Amino acid sequence: MSDPTATQDLIKGADDPAASPVAVRDSQRSLWRDTWDILKRRKIFWISLVLLILFLLMAAFPSLFTHKDPEYATLSKSMELPSAEAWFGYDLQGRDVWARTIYGARTSIIVGVLATLATVVLGGLTGVLAAYFGRWIDAVVSRVGEMFLGLPYVLGAIIILGTIAPAQSNPSKFTIMTVVIVVLALLGWPILMRIARSAVIQAKHQDYVQAARALGAGPMRIIFRHLLPNSLAPILVYATITIGSFIGAEATLSLLGIGLRSPVISWGIAIADHKDYLRTGPHAMFFPAGFLSLCVLTFVMLGEAVRDALDPKLR
Amino acid sequence: MTEVLSEQMGRGSHGGALLEVDNLHVEFRTRAGVAKAVNGVTYSVDAGETLAVLGESGSGKSVTAQTIMGILDMPPGKVTGGEIRFRGVDLLKLPEDQRRKIRGEGISMVFQDALSALNPVFPVGWQIAEMFRMHRGTSRAEARKKAVELMDRVRIPAARERVNDFPHQFSGGMRQRIMIAMAIALDPEILIADEPTTALDVTVQAQIMGLLAELQRDSNMGLILITHDLGVVADVADKIAVMYGGRIVENALVHELYKNPAHPYSKGLLESIPRVDHKGQELYAIKGLPPNLLEMPTGCAFHPRCPYRRDNCVTDVPPLYTISGTRGSACHYWREVIDEGER
Repeated sequence: MSDPTATQDLIKGADDPAASPVAVRDSQRSLWRDTWDILKRRKIFWISLVLLILFLLMAAFPSLFTHKDPEYATLSKSMELPSAEAWFGYDLQGRDVWARTIYGARTSIIVGVLATLATVVLGGLTGVLAAYFGRWIDAVVSRVGEMFLGLPYVLGAIIILGTIAPAQSNPSKFTIMTVVIVVLALLGWPILMRIARSAVIQAKHQDYVQAARALGAGPMRIIFRHLLPNSLAPILVYATITIGSFIGAEATLSLLGIGLRSPVISWGIAIADHKDYLRTGPHAMFFPAGFLSLCVLTFVMLGEAVRDALDPKLR
Repeated sequence: MTEVLSEQMGRGSHGGALLEVDNLHVEFRTRAGVAKAVNGVTYSVDAGETLAVLGESGSGKSVTAQTIMGILDMPPGKVTGGEIRFRGVDLLKLPEDQRRKIRGEGISMVFQDALSALNPVFPVGWQIAEMFRMHRGTSRAEARKKAVELMDRVRIPAARERVNDFPHQFSGGMRQRIMIAMAIALDPEILIADEPTTALDVTVQAQIMGLLAELQRDSNMGLILITHDLGVVADVADKIAVMYGGRIVENALVHELYKNPAHPYSKGLLESIPRVDHKGQELYAIKGLPPNLLEMPTGCAFHPRCPYRRDNCVTDVPPLYTISGTRGSACHYWREVIDEGER
């Protein structure tokens, strides 16, 4: 122990480049680079990534997957079972279920992603502010968050959506999507606020924040260099999982007839339209529901893989 | 130091030392009551000088340091009196943005546990480089080069290869070296080291103390060494201030105190150091517990544990009696303590 270099050699031996594929010593290493190094060794990450890319492709270029028109209806083929001609069969209106399931990915994913983005911005910002400044800001943000949290999700959505866009009304595609996104974010932000707040409060009392202050860092630098990067993991993980649950929530609202509605094509609407025909033609509901579940699962798996990779202690 | 600050604080134009803590009072207002953590602490450090502040947990030594740095959590902490003069300017009266400029550049600090004092999500080189980017606006590449130089300066082997490693990939001693590199990055005039070796094992402690002493000599910094370990300070410090219950109970030159302490508490501390020639005998321990800051004993805070206690110790707070130009003791019976030591 008396020779510091000897100790050092021992330690260096432990993470010798040959022994561990993580050690990339030549290039500039960053948090994200390391996260990537961990991620790429995880099977669950690759599976969810492939699925995610498939879903994103579906959302962006549905015509890659089908040449059929999802709006084209042949009533004579109503509820026809899957065949070689129509892999997923036909729905109640005699429209191709495969085509409608593919086209449904777009709205579901757009709603899920945008609602999550709004939630993260709103919840993350309020959470960080509440935790960093504390006192009355914290009290106000926390109480307002609890008020929103006290509203049962579906009940809150029914009340807000039922007022702005009642079931009988016929809003445009853009309006109804915006309204649904806003409602989801409005009811979802308190949870993210709490996650961000507790993560930041935890990080705030760490010695490195004190040390950063002692070495001359200002509030902005402390928030963006120390508090946020150290609180990002739980926020990111929750956000990824939230995309999945918002896609599910969108479907629930559509099922209740207050969320998205025709002519919008979405998995939720497909489920809602065919819930009464489960015994005679289960395929019309089964395929959109299956895609919905798979999509939710994709985001949840991705969230878990990201969480593991972002935890520096698991490195 | 930045030019702005140099103009404001003409160097040497004031009479006193580089950093002077003058009759500082700090208390914490908690639900359980008011905890008086620092009760009139006075000490000073000049360039090139090392002051050891000695005391057990709760003696107020760290709170004093945090108040100097301006990183005390307020509330619950509150400075209720006194001044902290850096180059003659009272830091407590400076606005926050000016104090921030002094942190790191004028007065810097090394923390006890480097693992928790380094940000776990950034490479160490990045964190050292951040000092230059933050205070000097240095370019990324230039700051990185300086970070490697600093890592060399604090003797981290293979600094160039290790600059991108994360704090948890280093041993405790190496992490403390990195913390020191960050603290001295901008050539501060005062470095406060708050128990810099407590989290380390004994051989590494000696190396870190040696490094601090060497860096101080090279750059003529003033060093405040906060510790509860008398053994650590003997070789490094010039002056020593012993704290108890938020007060300085004795200050002296290091060799004076080691030779013959003038306060029963410092005497007790010295006697509690295990010694080879006392092998087999029971180790001396100061009886009783440190004072509860919420209910300080009346009179001398040490009286419940003091073997020299008389009736007036319970009622009269002893002032810091001057023994000589370099020495003071806050004990009514300091003569007795010293005389006994000389026998």
